[in-house]
Amino acid sequence: MTDMAKSQPASSTTATNDGSMETAIVRIAGDSGDGVQLVGGRFSINSALAGNDLVTFPDFPAEIRAPTGSIYGVSAYQLHFGGRNIKTIGDHVDVLVAFNPAALKTNLALLAKGGILILDSSGFSATNLRKAGYKTSPLEDKSLDGYQLMQLDIGKMTMLATTPFGLTKKQALRCKNFFALGLLFWLFDRDRSKTAVWIKDKFAKNPEIGDANVAAMNAGHSHGETIELAGDLSKIHVPTFKMEPGLYRAITGADAMAYGLATAAELSNRQLVLASYPITPSSNILHKLANMKELGVVTFQAEDEIAAVGAALGASYAGALGVTASSGPGVALKMEMIGLAVATELPLIIINSQRAGPSTGLPTKTEQSDLYQSVFGRNGDAPLPVLAARSPGDSFYCAIEAARLAQKYMTPVILLTDGFINNTSEPWSIPDIGDLARIEVPNRTDPTDYKPYERDEKTLARAWAIPGTPGLEHRIGGLERDALTGAVSYDPANHQKMSELRAQKTANIAFDIGELTVDQGDENGDLVVVGWGSTYGPISRAVTTMRAKGYAVSHVHLRHIFPFPANQCELLSRFKRILVPEMNMGQLITLMKAMDCPAATGLTKLEGQPFLVSELEVAILDAIKEVKNG
Amino acid sequence: MGDQLTSTGLKPADFASSQEVRWCPGCGDYAILKAVRKTMADVGASLENTLVISGIGCAARFPYYMATYGFHTIHGRAPTIASGAMLANPDLDVWIITGDGDALAIGGNHFIHMLRRNFNCQILLFNNEIYGLTKGQYSPTSRENTRSPSTPMGSIDTPLSAAHVALGAGARFVARAVDTQQKQLVDILTKAYQHKGTSFVEIFQNCIVYNDGVFDPFTDKKNVADHQIYIEHEKPMIFGANADQGLMVDAGFHLKPTKLDGDTRALIHDETNRSLAFMLAEQSPPDGPMVMGVLYQNPDEIYQTRVKEQIKTAQSNNKRSINDALRDGTTWSVK
Repeated sequence: MTDMAKSQPASSTTATNDGSMETAIVRIAGDSGDGVQLVGGRFSINSALAGNDLVTFPDFPAEIRAPTGSIYGVSAYQLHFGGRNIKTIGDHVDVLVAFNPAALKTNLALLAKGGILILDSSGFSATNLRKAGYKTSPLEDKSLDGYQLMQLDIGKMTMLATTPFGLTKKQALRCKNFFALGLLFWLFDRDRSKTAVWIKDKFAKNPEIGDANVAAMNAGHSHGETIELAGDLSKIHVPTFKMEPGLYRAITGADAMAYGLATAAELSNRQLVLASYPITPSSNILHKLANMKELGVVTFQAEDEIAAVGAALGASYAGALGVTASSGPGVALKMEMIGLAVATELPLIIINSQRAGPSTGLPTKTEQSDLYQSVFGRNGDAPLPVLAARSPGDSFYCAIEAARLAQKYMTPVILLTDGFINNTSEPWSIPDIGDLARIEVPNRTDPTDYKPYERDEKTLARAWAIPGTPGLEHRIGGLERDALTGAVSYDPANHQKMSELRAQKTANIAFDIGELTVDQGDENGDLVVVGWGSTYGPISRAVTTMRAKGYAVSHVHLRHIFPFPANQCELLSRFKRILVPEMNMGQLITLMKAMDCPAATGLTKLEGQPFLVSELEVAILDAIKEVKNG
Repeated sequence: MGDQLTSTGLKPADFASSQEVRWCPGCGDYAILKAVRKTMADVGASLENTLVISGIGCAARFPYYMATYGFHTIHGRAPTIASGAMLANPDLDVWIITGDGDALAIGGNHFIHMLRRNFNCQILLFNNEIYGLTKGQYSPTSRENTRSPSTPMGSIDTPLSAAHVALGAGARFVARAVDTQQKQLVDILTKAYQHKGTSFVEIFQNCIVYNDGVFDPFTDKKNVADHQIYIEHEKPMIFGANADQGLMVDAGFHLKPTKLDGDTRALIHDETNRSLAFMLAEQSPPDGPMVMGVLYQNPDEIYQTRVKEQIKTAQSNNKRSINDALRDGTTWSVK
């Protein structure tokens, strides 16, 4: 579980005198079986319906079925919501709900001093205290004095509330999560009618369980009112945020990626074939697409990572949009096949949901350390475009962009995302597919003068000639081939020419991806913060805050990692200093040096956790001070 | 494939590409190439719908010599690319060309999973019991004590039996043939083509440079009659120059060659009996004859059809567009 913050933050997003907070961060933690993910998800939807912007993060244990009460079996759900554009899961927590000592122990460091701590005392048995490693009970030893502590026997109150429904004790206690949700709904003054409808719908097959959960939620809400009367705690008002008009839904990065791929296939008028081998944290993309068969999506769980990319390449060869999704260790296994895709010049999308490495590393923890692997990780000179998604919703559009480049340039494309993006969710304005640009790359059908490696003058792409087409029969493979006929060729001059063509084809993409623009701030100034991937949220928030304080800092965020947009180095040269925060040891900064971008300063973090906004604010301030001190 | 045989009017020569064939003079691959071209012409295959996919090795050059679509992939991975191509286009007529190193060493995993999935295609394994292209190292099918550049004191691993691996992996068509026995080879390749599902054919192929004569005990002209048996479904399993030997099951349930006389009759081959197929694959000189022909054939639904059916079922249960899918679950409108 989390050890996100090593030390407690100095101050909380404290409620103002009138009991309102611009944004609030709530974290619910308990045993894997306590249902915290379920109620966390409902709280998120409820917040969205209440008009807040939000970002959510489920923090699962790595163990599948850990013993109850154990430290490593704690599951948590964090929600950051409020009356402004929410970009991160939040540096610290304002309200923590803990169902047992292990949940308290592993999450307390995240709670801001003076924050609200809701503890279910029914979970604090002597056994559970011992399992969590407490020598004395934190409920009694005054160690929690610095917080607004609300300890209540949620177990007992849930049992009482659900008595009328004739449940077993075990069934009744499983409603504890909805009691806690009811209490949170009271705390943030929420309407719970839609949640009640949802609960009854979910438990339609067992109506007494549905009724009991609704009763538990209502009891939690009533208990809040009692607390309020006693003057122990007041409701917190969080203002609404005016989002762009549109139809919204909550979406995770993995789901957005799956939808993006299906949409890209539709826009390309091609069959989508996703071939994958299960790996954390990528499997959700496979699961989502496996459940989209009604859209004609074909998914294939291969026998290993190599078979997965091979099947994806074979599918593209035969005219489909072939995709494989994996994580760093899996992509390492795929590299020889990706080289074959470079050599045979076939479209292919490889999605890498990055996780902490090297080797098995920290499978459930996030990192962005596969940039070198993506850009440089093949034998031979084997260039290919590399993209990176910055947020859950952006994954949808990056999937479409990857499909566009793969087909237009007949090339494999690596699309980077990470465990954090895949699992977090945010409100997403649902596009109409009819509004999106189509991807028009027709198969060649004309047999006249067909030469397999003849190229389009502009894109340098060869034609897509698929098996089954009369008159275009030809042979391809991994051996170097004649630059025109495609016949095997060991000619030295031909290999030089083909190597240059492959490099030029990829380099040309720099002029087909739009100019790099400033995401936030002026186009020149003291400092520009350059990021890529999931650091978008924390960097964006930190830059907003620092600009509000009057600092001349801007934010540039890369989607195209290779090649860089044509104007990148020029744009960055307009700033006195460049700061590059990365969740790796400085991989983008190395690439920038290699591409002759102006010198930059790196900021690295490899803790398996996203940057805190406060960490970036400090770094920005330090960099600007250095500018001022010359 | 398994489709009706219809003539496209193409002759064996029409399946030859313009590429010069570059195997060693006398290599068994020439004979196999000839047989495959003849089979394709016989069964009425079309150039445009035929896809020949190979991995790496001497055998893997095969696609370059065919006038069909061809893909020379990477070592051991031909089945993966073939699977993807058939997922995209279920109607392609796919031939996978592999060798003993390609299929049973580096590509072993793909080989067994290809067989159990039962895509509709043919796998031809050219077994020469040696690594030719890398200059003569022992392979997974090399016999124990094979001396090679990498095993100067003799190999110490137990060899794999391709047919046993295939049967164990759930193959639905397992056959064997010899490179130079053309009539028999074309006959078996035709049966492989006609079988709907993954058809596995092990072809004993002589490597004239690094393992010459390794199959002589049953392929040499003087040995064929007495040390090789060609079996056919529902026919007695008889061999020998005088057709006086047969395969029989003894009281201990061992399959054994037996001298036939008036009272002793040979066992009738039942190609749907997988246990029998294992026992047939077990036979080898000098104790018994090497068994050629279709050891096992028992068709089942093919993978391509199952994929299509699931999509059809999903679509009949829930017909919707991508736009509908994006609007799944809870949505809300901001004005």
